[in-house]
Amino acid sequence: MDTAVTAQKKWWSGGHSPFNVSYGKLMMWYFLMSDAFTFGALLISYGTIRFMSTSWPDPNEVFHSFPFVSHTAHLPLVFVSLMTFILIMSSVTMVLAVHAGHMRDRKAVAKWMVWTIIGGIAFLSCQAWEWTHLHELGAWWGRNPFANADGTVASTNFTNFFFTITGFHGLHVTSGVVLNIVILSNVLKGTYDDRGHYEMVEKVGLYWHFVDLVWVFVFTCFYLL
Amino acid sequence: MEHTHTGVVHDEHGHDASTKSIWRTFWILLAITIFEVGLAFSYLEWHWMPRLFLNSIFVGLTILKAFFIVAEFMHLRTEIKNLIMTILIPLMLFVWFIIAFLADGDSWKNMRKDLSPGKPAPAAMHVNTEEAHH
Repeated sequence: MDTAVTAQKKWWSGGHSPFNVSYGKLMMWYFLMSDAFTFGALLISYGTIRFMSTSWPDPNEVFHSFPFVSHTAHLPLVFVSLMTFILIMSSVTMVLAVHAGHMRDRKAVAKWMVWTIIGGIAFLSCQAWEWTHLHELGAWWGRNPFANADGTVASTNFTNFFFTITGFHGLHVTSGVVLNIVILSNVLKGTYDDRGHYEMVEKVGLYWHFVDLVWVFVFTCFYLL
Repeated sequence: MEHTHTGVVHDEHGHDASTKSIWRTFWILLAITIFEVGLAFSYLEWHWMPRLFLNSIFVGLTILKAFFIVAEFMHLRTEIKNLIMTILIPLMLFVWFIIAFLADGDSWKNMRKDLSPGKPAPAAMHVNTEEAHH
């Protein structure tokens, strides 16, 4: 597929991709760039609102629970660290699937895709638990039971942004899992062996890593800062 | 059959370098995350540094993690320069985007604080409107 890169090559003289990638992969990059702006706009509007508020709920007070542990236990950051670990891990299994695809090793691609899908579902389950837990505490769009760090009553901005942005990210994870399942079924059917390359695994992999990338920022903006 | 066989042999060869760098990236990402969480915990416990300083560290480490994900996992590092530039140059808009909007939010907060009923002495208000013009 890819042509050799040489110093003298005239990239723009025609006859080959000036970016040395296929059309599909290039368009995936541009889609991800536009998606980065969408998430960026959401996170920056969150930041703007937070900057214009005189006080804001303390994330360590809001997110301190863990499944199957008493609600009174104070465990800030523990659960979300687990979620972060799961997503990074699934990114690793995805890149291993891409790597196996380069080797045209169908079995290995299938194996790593299955692990990636399991990781994605595990992450979504964690998020479902967290949302359910917060909902039980009375938090939802338009409802915020958490006080500001300085003790004053908080507006609903905190919960609105939290549910909108983690929800939008969760939606991306969901569609990523669906895409991964579609690609896995094609791998098992032997579609990419017939095609002669596993580039679809790479394209879906780019999307999956992007979802992980966004989580890195969501993690920082909502839980650390 | 023949093909599968060569594939496997090839795997044994290319396996090491590539998979090694994948796992190396994983350990780096994990270490950064653990460091961030550890830092957050130590701050909760002892409040040993200014919040602004701590937040700057968090943002810096986040960008570092983003770099590793994009460069290594998404293989952008191995793409040719043309492609890297068409992706990264538009993203530089974020620099303006973040500075402008956060500064706007901050000035809005100051305006609300200073203009809330009965809050400022008229002289203080004058200074603030002057600042806003800059």
